[in-house]
Amino acid sequence: PNKISNLTCLEWIQFYIILQDKFSRDKPEIKALLALRAKPFNACENFKEKSPFVCLDGLSEEDVRWVMARSVCAKSAFELWGHGRTCAELQTSLSSYPSENMGPFMHKGSTYKINVYTFNKTLLFADRIKKIDALEFLPFEGSVSLKSPEHIFCLLEDYGTDPNNIPEHPDYMYFGRWIADGQRELIRSHSVKNRHFIGNTSMDAGLSFIMANHAKVHENHLVFDPFVGTGSLLVACSHFGAYVCGTDIDYNTIHGKGRSSRKNHMWRGPDENIRANLRQYGTERMYVDVMVSDASKSVWRKAALFDAIITDPPYGIRESTRRTGSHKDITKPLDDFPLASHVPVSQAYHLSDIFTDLLNFSAEHLVIGGRLVYWLPVYRPEYCDEVVPLHPCLRLISNCEQTLSSHTSRRLITMEKIKDPEELDSLAHLSDPRFSPYQGHNAFRQKYFSGLNKKSSKEDIKVDINGE
Amino acid sequence: MKLLTHNMLTSHVKGVTKGYPLLIKATEVKVNEVEFNPQFVCRMIPKLEWSALVKAADDLGHRQDLPAELEPDYEKNEDLLKKVHRALLEVEVVEGSLQCPESGREFPISKGIPNMLLNEDEV
Repeated sequence: PNKISNLTCLEWIQFYIILQDKFSRDKPEIKALLALRAKPFNACENFKEKSPFVCLDGLSEEDVRWVMARSVCAKSAFELWGHGRTCAELQTSLSSYPSENMGPFMHKGSTYKINVYTFNKTLLFADRIKKIDALEFLPFEGSVSLKSPEHIFCLLEDYGTDPNNIPEHPDYMYFGRWIADGQRELIRSHSVKNRHFIGNTSMDAGLSFIMANHAKVHENHLVFDPFVGTGSLLVACSHFGAYVCGTDIDYNTIHGKGRSSRKNHMWRGPDENIRANLRQYGTERMYVDVMVSDASKSVWRKAALFDAIITDPPYGIRESTRRTGSHKDITKPLDDFPLASHVPVSQAYHLSDIFTDLLNFSAEHLVIGGRLVYWLPVYRPEYCDEVVPLHPCLRLISNCEQTLSSHTSRRLITMEKIKDPEELDSLAHLSDPRFSPYQGHNAFRQKYFSGLNKKSSKEDIKVDINGE
Repeated sequence: MKLLTHNMLTSHVKGVTKGYPLLIKATEVKVNEVEFNPQFVCRMIPKLEWSALVKAADDLGHRQDLPAELEPDYEKNEDLLKKVHRALLEVEVVEGSLQCPESGREFPISKGIPNMLLNEDEV
């Protein structure tokens, strides 16, 4: 008995190159996008957990196109016509696919082509042709057109996930009709390399779009980044039609002054700022404002103002963690703009306090159902899920890891506001320690640099600027 | 600084209880045309402090006869939505300051960007 009739198979990119399996295994981006479209995420159980493929049920072709028009993690989507562990199983599966579903794409006069996509293996051209020839039992009546086919079909072969142990035959095979590709092109078109205004910690374009997707950023939303830096996250959110604003404690960054982060450039140019970045990508109309402000001292009136809060807090590796307050370590203001740029004495802003403040701020200022998406740096040997800070008003949606080094990583945390804050919420930490600040975060900087030599930390910085 | 932002800002000077709205002292105001988007304006209106918006627009000379009271059927009044759009997103304070109504503390606005940092003795 073959139950597949209207299944859709999304083929996953090998995002493992940059991100850990976690990113694709839990499929948080696809889940968030389907939630945004108010559609269920019904993944078929017979698909292996670690597989780069995910098979979804209960969606229309339009839903799938909509998801693919947003997703950066998903590479391509197909309407699944058949699948199996062997060629024989695949053939049996395909022959039970209703011919009335195949008909509209195979009739006389239509043009088509068949692609072969292999995961974790490269096939010779001749072998690919053999695979295509073996599909001749399918009732194709149209003619082949390699240049501009009306319909594209794909044989997908999964050779597992271990590059050191590639099997001769695929573990699993799928055949389907190609529907749409994901938005990987955005990673190139929005590369930090070609961006007007960047800084030492500008967020990579691909990750920025993933964060915007996790946050369910949508047209006409208002999105806020409390550690805005050079505005990479605002660029991604504005691309999806959200109005954006941000604050940063660093006067020079917000005003686009000071030293350039680019090689061979000493100083920033006259129009290097966040607004110019949005202009570069044609989304200046989505720009609301940026301000010089300290995230630990909220300047916003008490109200649910934002649809999403999306941010990359400083963890003191490439940019220091600061807030205003008394400290003997005086930062001198620059001479040429004395009044406007008064740089108050800043003091260290403990990481655990940054996260406590961020969660409290989000509970106060997000709309119900609005999402907070941020990065949490962790020291891997000590990591367990319990160190992720919680809040009574925010539900944890997903937690994905990106490794930074053998002993450190950062985790992309997505939370959703489920209720407005009440008096009682301030006592929540008494019942569950996860509501209190986790002091272990404070030593992150020290742990980060333990066992890390200078050379590799420099390489790390270069990689981030290039967005690779 | 746009008036949408101004509408959401409050004074955070220590000890201040009535810090809203901030007074605008503008020395340079600019109107930048922004594509009209009625859906966004309609989404923002329920979040606004209407009287603060009307006063701020009036102070800058851009009230464009915005009514003191918001009519309940504003979603159907495109002419009104266009005026709200102008006030929220097109009128910008380029130079000047924001003043806390209670403490008198001023926050400078330079090149359109407010500086909301407090001094070390104020926090």
